[in-house]
Amino acid sequence: MKSKKETKKPLLEIHDLFASTENLTILKGVNITINPGEIHAIMGRNGCGKSTLSKIIAGHPSYEITGGNIKLSGTDIEPLEPEERAQSGIFLGFQYPIEIPGVSNLEFLRVATNARRKFLKKEELDTFEFEDLVKEKLEIVKMEPTFLNRSINQGFSGGEKKRNEILQMALLEPEIAILDETDSGLDIDALRIVASGIKKIANENSGIILITHYQRLLDEIKPDFVHVMANGKIIKTGNSELALELEKNGYEWTDKFIDKT
Amino acid sequence: MVNDNLVDNIVSEPYKYGFVTEIESEKISKGINEDIIRLISSKKNEPEYLLNFRLNAFKKWQTMEEPDWADLGYEAIDYQDIIYYSAPKQQEKITSLDEVDPKLLETFDKLGIPLTEQKRLTNVAVDAVFDSVSIATTFKEQLAEHGVIFCSISEAIKDHSDLIEKYLGSVIPASDNYFAALNSAVFSDGSFVYIPKNVTCPMDLSSYFRINSGDSGQFERTLIIAEEASSVSYLEGCTAPMFDTNTLHAAVVELIALDDASIKYSTVQNWYAGNEQGVGGIFNFVTKRGKCIGKRSKISWSQVETGSAITWKYPSCILLGEESVGEFYSVALTNNLQQADTGTKMIHIGPKTKSTIVSKGISAGKSSNSYRGLVKIGSKAKGARNYSQCDSMLIGDKAAANTFPYIQSQQSNSEVEHEASTCRISEDQLFYLQSRGIEFEEAVSMMVSGFCRDVFNQLPMEFAAEADKLLSLKLEGSVG
Repeated sequence: MKSKKETKKPLLEIHDLFASTENLTILKGVNITINPGEIHAIMGRNGCGKSTLSKIIAGHPSYEITGGNIKLSGTDIEPLEPEERAQSGIFLGFQYPIEIPGVSNLEFLRVATNARRKFLKKEELDTFEFEDLVKEKLEIVKMEPTFLNRSINQGFSGGEKKRNEILQMALLEPEIAILDETDSGLDIDALRIVASGIKKIANENSGIILITHYQRLLDEIKPDFVHVMANGKIIKTGNSELALELEKNGYEWTDKFIDKT
Repeated sequence: MVNDNLVDNIVSEPYKYGFVTEIESEKISKGINEDIIRLISSKKNEPEYLLNFRLNAFKKWQTMEEPDWADLGYEAIDYQDIIYYSAPKQQEKITSLDEVDPKLLETFDKLGIPLTEQKRLTNVAVDAVFDSVSIATTFKEQLAEHGVIFCSISEAIKDHSDLIEKYLGSVIPASDNYFAALNSAVFSDGSFVYIPKNVTCPMDLSSYFRINSGDSGQFERTLIIAEEASSVSYLEGCTAPMFDTNTLHAAVVELIALDDASIKYSTVQNWYAGNEQGVGGIFNFVTKRGKCIGKRSKISWSQVETGSAITWKYPSCILLGEESVGEFYSVALTNNLQQADTGTKMIHIGPKTKSTIVSKGISAGKSSNSYRGLVKIGSKAKGARNYSQCDSMLIGDKAAANTFPYIQSQQSNSEVEHEASTCRISEDQLFYLQSRGIEFEEAVSMMVSGFCRDVFNQLPMEFAAEADKLLSLKLEGSVG
């Protein structure tokens, strides 16, 4: 199994993707290909379509694909419900994880983990087996087990919410993880914890998309590719140097790459 | 994949208990008058005092008017078009379960309430009521060893007339309200429980009410007496077949707790609710009240109301004894065109009395769900305290939820606290759960059980699991 595959098949292919919400076109021809083991960063101004792209991939019902396609390991995901996409290995780390009162975090994590395991034809975990697993994963994000007994995200601080997202990523072991501004609202210590968690989970078989505004996160996790998005399109792609240039010159510097046609 | 309206398209899970038992019944003719009441009383070989109780109630009922203050709309009930007594034909005197019609045993088997010795539940004693009569009561002898009386009310009227005469109607007098008066005039059967002094009832007691006949009403009557320092946990379940007509159910439940006694009364109500168009279903007009007579006595109501086309029900506590405690924990779920107007009354009379109200209303479909509650602190209730919490959850945008809290206080040295909230299951919450691989309907039911957790925690264990299952079943297809 360890032997290097001759040619790695792409994990996620986004091809000429157009998408809209409430009759407003937001994505206007996005192209990205992610191979196993790669980390991609998507940067861009607010409102450029970054978050929409992440929601479209996860299957948010408010958005509609109007052109192009998204393939996971060669299969078009458009017909799949959000839960089917998640089960088959797509993970979205939310920018603003929502609070769900009354639903225990532990129960939620167990049901989610088992849904993924069922898809992978792995045995589902009973409460005791799951507790062992989740305690191990808690280490990755340095969370106390007391988090598990609270309602999902309820009363969590910004940092706790983001760590809870990374905990979910650790449990679900996705093929492709899209982390939407996971670094926003974090202090330096929390950012380090989150970043080191992501690095621990990253592996040669899965891909990661980091959506971010800041170089800070990319100092911790060095991306293989950096894409700059504007007006619903990728206007420039480069390596980690591109992010540094952006940091230095600001987004105005990239405006010249926008295709005015 | 745009899903414009996540919450349209209401399809209810077929009602699992909607079957009819084919059994020959003895029914009296339709309608209500003095002769009918005499007939019911004579069929049950009742003593004179009970016939008088009935006739007095009937006289009062005739002078009363059906209440219309509840937030309910329904076609007028024709009280002369109802059969007031219907009993499955069987041997006159049944001494053992072997003599019970196997069809009846089978019916309760199918409902998950096996009565025969080999199959019956080991930790719960059951009184099974079919239309107007009690079919069987399990574990009677074992309970008798502890001095506990658990039997049908008809039996109690014959064998324990001292207790019946003393307590029947002592909490809910016949003149209390229209439906209580009707029940007092025509009640057919129900359960009777007596827990003697210092006895903790060794097992949970339960009644299972089954309406089988489509044209007869069910008017059961339950009386529970807990003597000093005794305690009991009582469970009540109900189902009915699917008919396209409405069946009237008007029950009366009276609880009496003496010094240091405690009664816990839990209900899972799953009467047939009618179909998606609102045709058929049970009209459920119920009066339930407990009287904490003794010092430090406690009465706790918990209810999970999921069925019936119409629910009109306010399990209440009269807190007479010093430091007595009343509790009301309720989950009411309405779907399709169901209507529920339910809540409680906590009447604080004695000093240092305490009450807690936790009500969770869930409205889906085009249903309407109201909480109506009264907290009354009398002039002598020094140091009385009440805490109320009423939460509503809306599923979809066609359902309605209302809260009508009434607070009356004549004692300045008392505390009344009321909290209320309304929430809607949001698309973003559902998407969050779905994006973690959780199926849509499971996501909804996780959120609904989460919402009801405070109440489910109060239910006896098996009941809590059943209630949880019942809610997800009822909601299946209600969103999506």
